Amino acid sequence: MNAPEKARIDTIDLGAEFRDAGIAEVLEALEHDLVGLAPVKRRVREIAALLLVDRVRQRLGLSTQAPSLHMSFTGNPGTGKTTVALRMAEILHRLGYSRRGHVVAVTRDDLVGQYIGHTAPKTKEVLKRAMGGVLFIDEAYYLYRPENERDYGQEAIEILLQVMENQRDDLVVILAGYADRMEHFFASNPGMKSRIAHHVDFPDYHDGELGDIAERMLAQWNYRFDPAARLAFAEYITLRRQRPHFANARSIRNALDRMRLRQALRLFEQGNPLDADALITLTEADVRASRQFASPLPATESDDVRDLDFDPERDTDRIDY
Amino acid sequence: MRITQGCFSFLPDLSDAQITAQVHYCLRQGWAVAIEYTDDPHPRNTYWNMSGLPMFDLQDPAGVISELNACRRANPGTYIRINAFDPTQGWETVRMSFIVQRPDSEPGFRLVRQETRGRSLHYTMESYAVARHPEGTRYRA
Repeated sequence: MNAPEKARIDTIDLGAEFRDAGIAEVLEALEHDLVGLAPVKRRVREIAALLLVDRVRQRLGLSTQAPSLHMSFTGNPGTGKTTVALRMAEILHRLGYSRRGHVVAVTRDDLVGQYIGHTAPKTKEVLKRAMGGVLFIDEAYYLYRPENERDYGQEAIEILLQVMENQRDDLVVILAGYADRMEHFFASNPGMKSRIAHHVDFPDYHDGELGDIAERMLAQWNYRFDPAARLAFAEYITLRRQRPHFANARSIRNALDRMRLRQALRLFEQGNPLDADALITLTEADVRASRQFASPLPATESDDVRDLDFDPERDTDRIDY
Repeated sequence: MRITQGCFSFLPDLSDAQITAQVHYCLRQGWAVAIEYTDDPHPRNTYWNMSGLPMFDLQDPAGVISELNACRRANPGTYIRINAFDPTQGWETVRMSFIVQRPDSEPGFRLVRQETRGRSLHYTMESYAVARHPEGTRYRA
């Protein structure tokens, strides 16, 4: 480009830069599409602003070190880590820090091999696929298994570290997982911690925010609550939170799925001719049929929770073997 | 004698930036890129050694280039080529192939005449480099 000519300009309109980069709409979409998550949105804005300013500095000929963009997203399940990672990739792409802007989401199984000599090619293949974009490693702490000294996870970590350091322009790595276990993971892998510049913590949603999320999901699927059902659902959220394996937005989605099942069965058994309104509306009965209302005390019935209420998220916590 | 096989072989050697651009083109077409090397560049030697597996599902040339650099380090003074395989039905074949590294000196080929019955001649080609040294040391200075 015409760098020397630009270098002579000594004022730059950041607002114009911002518009040109086209990240305004991504940030707006982030603000608009995602409920709550104020601290996360703030961090994403900060990172975007830093990258924008860096880019402008470069154009003015002020040498800046290429920023380290590797991130760690910590938070409870269902708090939107993957969704934000997708948006982050989009932002990095618009700002030119990521050439393709695609996200490759992997877990331990995709990186670590099963026998000697299997791990390195496997990890490298994933890294090659992610080049030019973002590598999103979910539940990254499973890479490191201190209890098994012959575990191949360490090998994957070493290759990962090498690429994170040497090919910073080609690849952005985002590690995600629960906060406490990630902390433990970083404590045992200081090299990893020092190479990650941005630690973003995802807070749990409030009850009100979860209600908003439910409404948005339903709107997306062309459903809605009637007023009584809305109140019942607010109650449901409070009860569900006290239960084990509460996974924020994901639990809400599963609850809504079950309510749709109940509604379908209700309509089916009713047998009367239906209008569109009946097909769209979830009633209080559909919500209140949930087992959360039947036994509001979490402690007393925690044993048969598993049999009564089908929740696919319940078993997502992996077994360490 | 400069060996001319595959695309671009009558042009000067491609720079790394040009190789990156060509690989980018291949990936955009949805082709899988593979790296191969040999020190026996006979035109009938179609099967070169594979340097790693073909790379599927890549979005960006950076992965290919880092593999290529690894191959260059491991096999200095050999021929290295990049093949792009088109997996779409009806093609299922290598659509593009070009040399990305060649030895400093290429002594070329000799025409071998074999006299057979009735004074008729059979002709074949023999590489000087291949005849002179065993495999692996043919183009080492």
